[in-house]
Amino acid sequence: MKIDLEHRQSAHCESGVTSNLLWKASGGKITEPLAFGIGAGLFYAHLPILKFNGGPAIAFRTMPGWIFKRTCRSLGIPVIRKKFSSREKAKEFLDEQLASGQPVGCQVGVYYLSYFPKEYRFHFNGHNLIVYGKDGDNYLISDPIMETSTMLTSYELERVRFAKGPLAPNGQIYYTQFSGEISDDRIRESIKSGIKHNVFNMLNIPGPFAGVSAIAFSGKRIKKWLSKLGIDKAKLYLAQLVRMQEEIGTGGGGFRYIYAAFLQEAYAYLPQPELLEISKMFTRSGDLWREAAIQASAIYKGRLGSQADFDKMGDYLFEIAELEKEAFLALKNIKWKA
Amino acid sequence: MKKEHVPQDLSALGKLTKEVCYATDENGRYVTELSSGWHVKASALDATWDDIKERVAVARQQVLDGKASPVLFFMEHRLMNLKLVADYTGFWQWQIKRHLKPDVFNQLSETKLQKYADAFNTTIADLKTLTVHEN
Repeated sequence: MKIDLEHRQSAHCESGVTSNLLWKASGGKITEPLAFGIGAGLFYAHLPILKFNGGPAIAFRTMPGWIFKRTCRSLGIPVIRKKFSSREKAKEFLDEQLASGQPVGCQVGVYYLSYFPKEYRFHFNGHNLIVYGKDGDNYLISDPIMETSTMLTSYELERVRFAKGPLAPNGQIYYTQFSGEISDDRIRESIKSGIKHNVFNMLNIPGPFAGVSAIAFSGKRIKKWLSKLGIDKAKLYLAQLVRMQEEIGTGGGGFRYIYAAFLQEAYAYLPQPELLEISKMFTRSGDLWREAAIQASAIYKGRLGSQADFDKMGDYLFEIAELEKEAFLALKNIKWKA
Repeated sequence: MKKEHVPQDLSALGKLTKEVCYATDENGRYVTELSSGWHVKASALDATWDDIKERVAVARQQVLDGKASPVLFFMEHRLMNLKLVADYTGFWQWQIKRHLKPDVFNQLSETKLQKYADAFNTTIADLKTLTVHEN
């Protein structure tokens, strides 16, 4: 059986899944950037005590699952979310939903995701896809980062739904049965609250490990990597930073471009000229992140490698921290007319 | 980033998909543009894999030299750490540390070996002979 669901490719898996699951209910209003912004997806965190795949634990977005949760809550859309301890029950439940015509979002691990090439398969459990039908033993999959829809056998799907490790999905499944209309007023309110939430996350979380202060914190750390870790490890750390920032699912520039796009779309609902100006600041920030990535790549490719090169890398992050602080302060200070 | 600057460098990404990037058009408005990859991040991925391959090669040599059990090799091969192997097998980490010793490993029961084989997505025979498959 196949549920009517148009596959739409997006940059980021979770905001893409959110947008696609809400597509019908919202009449296509909730685009990927809107889902990302309303869900307060932009973030930065650097947790020095944690290691991720042997490198620094750095994130450019909020916790997996939160974008969907916040977006739906903010738009007043009830969400059903389930985790399972039993694989059989997880499959049964999924089959029941599909049989009743309900497409569902699934959190999965990518290590055993068979349609990913080997190079992209790490033990990362925060990936999201939509299951929208079943054909014999094959499940029909709409993975938002893929150009076309794809398939997984029941065994393959079970394995990725029950991947282990950090953020283990435990068969997590989520969907909404909402079929009402989402009014423009509601979207306006949601945009404002999404921005407010994001401002808080980037400016007001105490300590140096989250928000704009964490960007500067990383900058400081990076300057010490060469002397503390030695060149080989320092290279790997930089490579990891760039992967977190640019790899599939970010839309480029560590999600900063998606956020800039969100602010432009927000302007269509709330015509405050500041939004367009601040959007440009995030474009600039995304550009800076990418310039920094080029600097980092010159180091891990071995063309550069002196302390001065690491200092320059760190300085990029200081500059970005300043710029994003300014941008979020400007967002905070908007006096909404509507 | 401007639309015309969205990089189109062929890389491993191309085996998977083209990816959506957000970029600005000539009027400064955001649009989506497909990218086939960017050398900067392709080389970040390469650097990561070079490191992994080296670790796997070192682990293989240690097993061949009788200094470690195949569990070490497959743990590296599957990009796992002790915690993750523990999650997949249900063993405690201290147990796995013991099983890393060849003498202990050689005396493991079939049931325990099967747990490792399942965790590493292989068979007991391949586990013992360090045979790897694509999947």
